[in-house]
Amino acid sequence: MKRRKVDVNAVPGKVAGGLDERFQAATPLRSILNKVFPDHWSFLLGEIALFSFIVLILTGTFLTFFYTPSLTTVTYDGSYAPLRGVHMSEAYASSLNLSFDVRGGLIMRQMHHWAALTFVAAIVVHMFRIFFTGAFRKPRETNWIIGLTLFWLGFLNGFTGYSLPDDALSGTGLRIASAIMLSIPVIGSWVTTSIFNGEFPGHVIMSRFYIAHVFLIPLALLALISVHLGLVFKQKHTQWPGPGRTEHNVVGERFVPRYTIKQGGFFMIVFGVIALMGGLFQINPIWLFGPYEAYTVSAASQPDWYVMFLDGSTRLFPAWELRFDLWGWGEGYTVPPIFWPTVVLPGLLTVLPMAYPFIEARLTKDYRSHNLLQRPRDVPARTSLGAMAIAFWLVLTLSGGNDVIADKFHISLNAMTWAGRIGLLLAPPLAYYITYRICLGLQQHDREVLAHGVETGIIRRLPDGRFIEVHQPLAPVDDEGHGHLEYAGWVVPKKMNRLGALAPAIRGFFFPIEKPAEAPVSPGHPPVEPKSKREEITK
Amino acid sequence: MTSDTPGGLMARLRRRRSQPRGRVRRRLGTVVRLTLALTLAGGVYAVFAPGLSADDTPQLSTAAEEGKALFDQSCISCHGRNAQGVPDRGPSLIGVGAAAVEFQVSTGRMPMARQEAQAPRKPAMFDDDQTRQLAQYIQELGGGPQVPEGGLRAPQGDEETIARGGNLFRINCSSCHAFGGGGGALSSGKYAPSLSEATDKQLYAAMLTGPQNMPVFGDNQLTPDQKKEIISYVQESLKQDRDPGGWGLGRFGPVTEGLAIFLVGIVLLVFTALWIAGKS
Repeated sequence: MKRRKVDVNAVPGKVAGGLDERFQAATPLRSILNKVFPDHWSFLLGEIALFSFIVLILTGTFLTFFYTPSLTTVTYDGSYAPLRGVHMSEAYASSLNLSFDVRGGLIMRQMHHWAALTFVAAIVVHMFRIFFTGAFRKPRETNWIIGLTLFWLGFLNGFTGYSLPDDALSGTGLRIASAIMLSIPVIGSWVTTSIFNGEFPGHVIMSRFYIAHVFLIPLALLALISVHLGLVFKQKHTQWPGPGRTEHNVVGERFVPRYTIKQGGFFMIVFGVIALMGGLFQINPIWLFGPYEAYTVSAASQPDWYVMFLDGSTRLFPAWELRFDLWGWGEGYTVPPIFWPTVVLPGLLTVLPMAYPFIEARLTKDYRSHNLLQRPRDVPARTSLGAMAIAFWLVLTLSGGNDVIADKFHISLNAMTWAGRIGLLLAPPLAYYITYRICLGLQQHDREVLAHGVETGIIRRLPDGRFIEVHQPLAPVDDEGHGHLEYAGWVVPKKMNRLGALAPAIRGFFFPIEKPAEAPVSPGHPPVEPKSKREEITK
Repeated sequence: MTSDTPGGLMARLRRRRSQPRGRVRRRLGTVVRLTLALTLAGGVYAVFAPGLSADDTPQLSTAAEEGKALFDQSCISCHGRNAQGVPDRGPSLIGVGAAAVEFQVSTGRMPMARQEAQAPRKPAMFDDDQTRQLAQYIQELGGGPQVPEGGLRAPQGDEETIARGGNLFRINCSSCHAFGGGGGALSSGKYAPSLSEATDKQLYAAMLTGPQNMPVFGDNQLTPDQKKEIISYVQESLKQDRDPGGWGLGRFGPVTEGLAIFLVGIVLLVFTALWIAGKS
């Protein structure tokens, strides 16, 4: 038989050609593979969320092999001795078994939990970036709203997952959730009884939460993440202003290969950090909490951090109970105090941010599309509003853990509560004022450098005895020594080594890069001029 | 009552003056006889009832005498003479029992450094012998609960002892001392302390006497056997749990976990993002 010669180098091309003949994929794929992404560290925060979501799916799938969502009472006889012989739900027993008797089960469970915390934390940090840079403006309002929905879905999935092990801590949380649902006027009792199929805790809640946690909510998350990323592709990524960057182009790296390779590496690092935390830091030690019984509640029972602001709002809100006659339903119709901090407040916190892009457009009368980002200092009102929101949220979150803080720092719990109440009213306006002043100061300094030049650190004594500091102007100056550069919305160099005046700038994060990488070629980029010869600065 | 009115009294006195002397003498004799009888009865009672002797300090054992000496030196300024208490400074210790003294003194809570919401645990001022002497003094002064002699842990062998102790701990203790025994906040600067340094005897005495803000778990609420099961759980399970999941983050629950995800996880990942974005 005659051996046919195979040209190895031609194989990929042939395979790809064959695929394209059948599926006509080349044209749409080319536009995707050639997609350009701008490069800035703050654009990678959303990826952390995406990658931890992938870790969540991987570890979560492992956990489903061993978890039983059942409230049937069993007697534990696993390998954790201090609970042997205790009656508990099958859900809790299977969570213990998966922690102690399944090989690698505990680290999987811990990684899952840390990944969940990372997921929501990355969403929040990513949201800060979007907000402070004005990336939510037209045409990206939809993606902003989807992002907020993703946060609340992550919140819900986190809560259902927190409830599944049926330990004493999660049972306490579930009890509080049922109380919150009960507090809703008119429909509260119906909502609660239909979710729990009767009175709390009932027998079905675990299987319902289970299907919501492993199927319904993740599905919704997956769908919305796809739309979220699809919109980033369709509407293109925003970019910082800079040389060669306009509202109508994107300067950066192609999706394939550079961007994909970097993101692949970033995924590995996110996975690694989560695995590291899962292996090094104990999270949610359910064996210490014991099984949930209605009579057990521990001191310092807190929800996970992203729910803690609601715990805090409940702790701070005064005990104002409304009793009135509701359309002839009789006197004594009650709206319990918990309704305001746990139903109304999150409602406001959902609606207000969702409406924010439209409110801002209306107030600033700016209805144009924006693809260039704004530096936070250039929009002091928005930046200060954001700082205000963060201050509000921080006070609530700290108040959610105020008993732990009170105990460990030897502060009176009552003082903590009052500090929280006063702080909730005082901290946000204070944050607004301080942030506004800082923004104005930074703006002013940018203008000053543009007009007077960079401080050189060289002090000169004039013949008449005066001392002056020599400034390096950034552009030719007029007779009075003032530059006339327009502020371009991007970083103004403020140090001499930014201008290349000192020794050649060493690039690299931990280690210097021996050979600087070639700058990405892009049409709008100005050609790099050779460095001029150095001279001593005399003026 | 009407005979006590001034008018009635004057009338009676006037009547008495008009009576013959023989009657007065007879009455005087009655008084003398009555006095003699009373003296006799009282004397006999005094002889046979030593508690009411003229000496107002009780007879103390040697240990209690030593304890009294210590008390008069270190405790008397707040708890007063004979442990009767001083208003606004320290309560009476009559009836608190040796268990209370052993808990408060051996944990260093007493003597207090200053008046505050709650006396914190600190290095003990008295050694074991002195503590026992003080306890003996207070016990002999007014009685009260005592920590039983012998082992204070549930007997070995029964597998489910610790599980039962754990159940009791979660029902009775964890609502203040937290699931990990690390303690928790109470109102107005008061707190449930950490159990990490508590000895068997201190745990037992605390349950028995309810020091400071702790409720009393008398033998009706928790039988001695149940108390021992709780002690076994705390000492042999809670404190021996070596945090199989890694560093326990102080076992403060989601508060420190939330701190960790931002201080470690997000910080690491943001630096990674800076690093990756810098490599272009």
